[in-house]
Amino acid sequence: MAKEQVEFELVSPEKLLLSQSVDMVVVPGEDGDFGVLPRHAPMISTVRPGVIAIYSGKEISERIFVAGGFAEVTTERCTVLAEIAQPVGEIDKAAVQQQLQDAKEDLSDAKDDDARDAARKQIGLSEAMLTAIG
Amino acid sequence: MPNLNDLKLRIASVKSTQKITSAMKMVAAAKLRRAQEQAEASRPYAERMERMLGSLAASAGKQPGASPLLAGTGKDDVHLLIVAAADRGLCGGFNSNIVREARNKAKELLSAGKTIKIYCVGRKSRDQLRRDFGNNIVDTIEDIAKPSLGFDKAATVADRVLSMFKAGEFDVCTIFYAKFQSAIAQIPTAQQLIPFEAEGDADASTLADGGVYDYEPSDEKILSDLLPRNIAVQIFKAMLENNASEHGARMSAMDNATRNAGEMIDKLSIQYNRTRQAIITNELIEIISAKEAL
Repeated sequence: MAKEQVEFELVSPEKLLLSQSVDMVVVPGEDGDFGVLPRHAPMISTVRPGVIAIYSGKEISERIFVAGGFAEVTTERCTVLAEIAQPVGEIDKAAVQQQLQDAKEDLSDAKDDDARDAARKQIGLSEAMLTAIG
Repeated sequence: MPNLNDLKLRIASVKSTQKITSAMKMVAAAKLRRAQEQAEASRPYAERMERMLGSLAASAGKQPGASPLLAGTGKDDVHLLIVAAADRGLCGGFNSNIVREARNKAKELLSAGKTIKIYCVGRKSRDQLRRDFGNNIVDTIEDIAKPSLGFDKAATVADRVLSMFKAGEFDVCTIFYAKFQSAIAQIPTAQQLIPFEAEGDADASTLADGGVYDYEPSDEKILSDLLPRNIAVQIFKAMLENNASEHGARMSAMDNATRNAGEMIDKLSIQYNRTRQAIITNELIEIISAKEAL
């Protein structure tokens, strides 16, 4: 019998980014990371900015950064809806640091709550990206 | 009798117009293909989001105190109409059809004593609505397809709409756009965004195999995240459909224009040749009669 696998799909509003069968995938859920193996209990969760790790066997074969979204897990599928997704290897560290710097300046310059919230969100995102690169 | 030179000039000018329209048709055809691909590529996201939302709405929507995005504000006094049309004309009845649909709805709402607000997407929708509803237009966004139609554009519109909704500026939100059916058929459509209307069967909370989803952190929390996101996705979908429709409409309009120009050239050429012949005949008659007179 063939080894059971999870149908993993990563979708952005613009296109289907990734659709493949994997052994395991670890998704950064709102309440903590969760691993999805075949025959996982069905669930829907929000995703915080972080790294999705795709495992083949016991090795991580791919690491993809997502800037939040939603995950839907059924017994044989795992679908992640993300607005921004980028393989960790392609993140430009200098650019992210620059973004973080800009966002921090925005936060100190911000005049109303909306601008402050936007800046805070950007800071969180950039910091998560930096952690992803490690 | 028309002057030969005048005819020649007219033929030349129609010919150059024909060149332009046929070039525009070709460009529209190429853009149409791209727009269609883009619309198709975005479908998986919208589908999956709808599936999640359907199951969530079924389980959490019936509870009291559900999000106003789902349940509505309890009244429908103020309507926001998002009218999405193109930035440019020369695409047949595309813009007018969408605007007409929106205008009819606006008149209907006004006569029912409701207040309307209009959010224009695309220059043409603003231009056409300004005359009748100039005071109702709250905002306009232009150049949405420049340099490319990205999700961020839809997110900008959605953010604006949501902040207006939060501020209690309207109760019901409807978006008008043209659904793409084929290059020759685009259907002006009105879709209600707020409160959310689930399409298809509402009882999707149970899976095909009878299981039920677990929600993490909780169904209300996910729903409150998902609903605003869904507005952006729906607006994005409308924009993509619109984009494809616009190029389709332009393609068929330009095809017609090219054909009409061709017919006109034929007619003018016949007239030109007849006139030329008549002039020659006239000259011959003059020569012959002059000779006979001698």
